[in-house]
Amino acid sequence: MSDESTAKPEGLPFQMPIELGKVREFARATGGTSPDYLENPSAPIPPTFLRTQVFWTPAGGPNLLKDVKLDLRRILHGEQEYEFFGPPPHVGDELTVTTRLDSVEEKDGKRGGKMLVIVFISDFTDGDGALVARGRQTLIQTGGVPA
Amino acid sequence: MTLSIGDRLPERTFGPISRTDLVKYQGASGDFNPIHHDEEFAKRAGFPTVFSVGMLQAGYVATYLVDALGSENVRRLRVRFEEQVWPGDIISCTAEVKGIVTDPASGERRAELEVIATRQTGGVAIRGTSSFAF
Repeated sequence: MSDESTAKPEGLPFQMPIELGKVREFARATGGTSPDYLENPSAPIPPTFLRTQVFWTPAGGPNLLKDVKLDLRRILHGEQEYEFFGPPPHVGDELTVTTRLDSVEEKDGKRGGKMLVIVFISDFTDGDGALVARGRQTLIQTGGVPA
Repeated sequence: MTLSIGDRLPERTFGPISRTDLVKYQGASGDFNPIHHDEEFAKRAGFPTVFSVGMLQAGYVATYLVDALGSENVRRLRVRFEEQVWPGDIISCTAEVKGIVTDPASGERRAELEVIATRQTGGVAIRGTSSFAF
């Protein structure tokens, strides 16, 4: 029922403080042993740490996928990108996160059937409003559960 | 640090990946998709057992790169998930410098790398590209 509007559904901006314990937990969980993460009280974030934005996403915000019926059993993470516009954020930084649904496309699956390719973009700005990082997540909903 | 086109980072392995590693990563990341820890859910979805979170092996790739090139120097990491990774798998990371560029906005010199994470079977789990200042 949705029209071909070019406006991209956007979530409410939310705050994401970068916390020392979370950075260390994340570094350890991804095989990290570097003192840069485990001993530095103002550690930089590991390159994929912004995945933890989900902990800060407010409940009850707008549902960016309200017109798309997702089946968790058929969702695959296709691609992920993090880009930093300078050194990565550090413990103590207060980021503001805004996520938007960039695109939803139906494509022909390799094994027949249709698949949905869904792209989300998250912008991370610092206390001065400068864009410091951008995340780009590509999800794929396959045509059916595996045989 | 000096880096040139064609330089390869020393190979490094992670794992074998245990179910505990999956749970630790899910707790750390906030991705609680049950398909990575709930055996019954995974089987109902048609899989033989739980499988790894793509972002866990992406995290290994990230650790591999920052340990070699510096935690402050990462500017971009893009990964594409190919084969699924299963409990017991060992992931080997390799990377090669494919380009040296100067970022027009910052004037920073950067190495553009290709990175690959393979399973012990030889199957490719992740293909990625990354950019590091140096």
